[in-house]
Amino acid sequence: MRQKSEYRSQLHQLQKDLMLHWYERLDEAARTGSPPSVAMMISGNCVELLEGFGAVPIYPEVNALQLAIRHQSLEPILAAEELGYAADNCAYVKADIGCMLRGITPTGGKLPVPTLVLCNFVGCNTYIKWFEHVAELQRAPLYMLDVPFFRTEHPRREDIDYVVRQLKEAVAKIEELTGRKFDYDRFRQAVRYSAEVEEMWSRIKRLAQQTPSPFDAYFDAITLMGPLYVYRGTSAGVDFFRVALEEMKGKVERGEGVYDRERFRVVIEGPPPYPYFRTFRDMFAKWNACAVASTYSTVGGLWEFGFRHDPENPFEAVALHMLAHNVVNRNYLQRYEQIRRYVEEWNAHGVIIHFVKSCRLFSAGQGDMRDYFTRTLGIPTLYLESDLEDPRYFAEAQTKNRIDAYFEALERAQASGVSSSMEKPPATAALKVLD
Amino acid sequence: MQCVEIERTFDKYAAIVQDLSFAEVRRWKDGHPGGKAIGFFPVWAPMEIIHACGMLPVGLNGAGDGLDIQHADARFGSFICSIVKTTLEMAMTGRFEPLDGMLFSTICDSARNLCYVLKRNYPQMYVDFLHLPHNPGSPATVEFLRGEYRRLQQHLEKLGGRPISTEALCHSIELYNENRALLRQLYAFRAANPHLLRTWELYTLMRAGNFVPVERHNDWLRATVAELPSRTGRPRDSIRVIAEGAFCEQPPLDLIKLMEEAGCYFVDDDFILGRRWFTEDVPVIGDPFTALAESYLNRAVYSSVRHDSRNPRHKALVEKVRRLGAQAVILLIAKFCEPAYFDYVLFKRELESATIPHLLLEFEEKTFTFERLRSEVETFVESLLFD
Repeated sequence: MRQKSEYRSQLHQLQKDLMLHWYERLDEAARTGSPPSVAMMISGNCVELLEGFGAVPIYPEVNALQLAIRHQSLEPILAAEELGYAADNCAYVKADIGCMLRGITPTGGKLPVPTLVLCNFVGCNTYIKWFEHVAELQRAPLYMLDVPFFRTEHPRREDIDYVVRQLKEAVAKIEELTGRKFDYDRFRQAVRYSAEVEEMWSRIKRLAQQTPSPFDAYFDAITLMGPLYVYRGTSAGVDFFRVALEEMKGKVERGEGVYDRERFRVVIEGPPPYPYFRTFRDMFAKWNACAVASTYSTVGGLWEFGFRHDPENPFEAVALHMLAHNVVNRNYLQRYEQIRRYVEEWNAHGVIIHFVKSCRLFSAGQGDMRDYFTRTLGIPTLYLESDLEDPRYFAEAQTKNRIDAYFEALERAQASGVSSSMEKPPATAALKVLD
Repeated sequence: MQCVEIERTFDKYAAIVQDLSFAEVRRWKDGHPGGKAIGFFPVWAPMEIIHACGMLPVGLNGAGDGLDIQHADARFGSFICSIVKTTLEMAMTGRFEPLDGMLFSTICDSARNLCYVLKRNYPQMYVDFLHLPHNPGSPATVEFLRGEYRRLQQHLEKLGGRPISTEALCHSIELYNENRALLRQLYAFRAANPHLLRTWELYTLMRAGNFVPVERHNDWLRATVAELPSRTGRPRDSIRVIAEGAFCEQPPLDLIKLMEEAGCYFVDDDFILGRRWFTEDVPVIGDPFTALAESYLNRAVYSSVRHDSRNPRHKALVEKVRRLGAQAVILLIAKFCEPAYFDYVLFKRELESATIPHLLLEFEEKTFTFERLRSEVETFVESLLFD
């Protein structure tokens, strides 16, 4: 029987209020020039630094995804293509630039020209281009925070020192641009708040190890990600996550899952197709299939394996987060390992790989990833293709057929006794039979 | 060398470029028992460091139209450029057997992931990723990049079983300085006499250097520099053009020839850009690792894969057009090349505000029907010739 997958509660209202308040601050910044605003990328963001100035972050990806989820992304994408962007350029970028050209904002309020464009690209070369263009088209100053790619087993001392030196240069640059003195104590307090938020966010994520999972770690995680990136270094962020954790713990205690009867547990890799978010979710809901972990929910930071910002060494903590503790700056094989751990520790039946044409960082090579999970590990893996922002690349019938076929196969395998129980997912090794 | 011999020599270089068996690399290894060959994915790698370790740096530029993709499509899927797939296909079909290592760097997201896909599938090979920095204006960057080169040095020393001495590295830098100086001379000669040195000739001569030791390549370049002035030829109606955008995946040789036949005199291009990476000599005084790092930050060509907010690329392109007296720019972009697609937007805007005509052409390594491209180039050339 089809289940209602969506969950609405106090935290959703709180989330909405927080995000609206953020847009109000951006509108205020646009109208009055205060507070200062800094454009940053969600991925591996260093929002704590901004707290040292009382500055507000601008995250173009949030604007882009909000438009897509409301089915309004095509117009700005086409506007950007008129300017010369290619059909095969990242549609997130095109939507953002198109909005800038057309003056479109998610709430109808104003967005400020950033006091500083702080390019924290963390391994994504598309972000570099994106922010070069944002700075050029808005005539805003740019600071390129060069975060070395995580290419070694552990973060190197040289890499940490390099990022710390640049963070301090960025601080000097913002001081120069705003005339405000950097408040180190406030920065350190922000790092402390971040550590608290990270702890609660990690506990929430670990609650998805329960069967049934109290929330969907792909579709529902997105609700929590807004406050996580905008408010992580604030007391408001701490309050929000306290409420969220309590709610989720309550659900677990009452045995409430996303579905009354959770049938499948999956790990989802890759960003969602925002223009068809609801439709895509329903395709999983039809099978009572819950995402118990996702890589997309770790773009801004990967905390469930133990990393926390350290208030005793705030600059170094921020550098470490950017270097080694977000999925974007981690190398591809580290991502394989992350997913493998999810399957094992979150007791998943399989992996869904969602290839999005916009994002080569996520998607280039996902065929090899599928090869690794199916052939090497014997984990049932489904590969889907669409886009995260451009509505022209979602083949609804085909996507639905593939998802149905995947779960039918899983169901058959379970019915034939491969799984010890429908309620209890099999261990990773036992899944090899589906290969 | 007679002119006829020069023609034959260029044909020989073209054959080396199109050979997918790495015969020249195998030959070098046969002559250097125990010698290691290190491949590097475009656009650039510190060849000097590899050379100083007694190894052969091998510049990889895809497989042209010489290889059918049978395995790599399943690993890299849709919307990914050809060179990523042909590189993986070469690995999956055993063609990289003569290579002992592979280097990648921070050029784009697809290449970044390819590095790790190769690392997983070929664990016996030394595969590494160099972080080439994007913040050249920071005082912290020289030190960081020096450290990155030292990290490479340590890996190579371990692989080769011998240390790199300062003297050896300085000597390698001198050899590559000479190589680049000769190429600069040839580029200047072509800009002044495009009818005496065709672009496909210069291109194959330069690219053949990807497969042979720099000493040997320098001999070839010196011989060409010496012989070119005696070459004769008559200028024809053409426009002076700069090609921009094919810095990684390379256009088919036939496309280069086609554009020349259609009336383009190329006065500059960014083909095999890594071979001309530095605009002046890398200093051979002091610590050579620092000299290499500092040169990357302050003496390198502008490129779509080297980010330097002090010197925007779109301004540099227009400046180059003016300096070389070019009449137009052909933006020659490999399909699905995201860095080139992005740069196209600002290039186009800047060229238009400077009223410099431009043409956008998309290609793939494997382009078989050139008719549409030919007619686009011909129309473009005619519109300028008879304007």
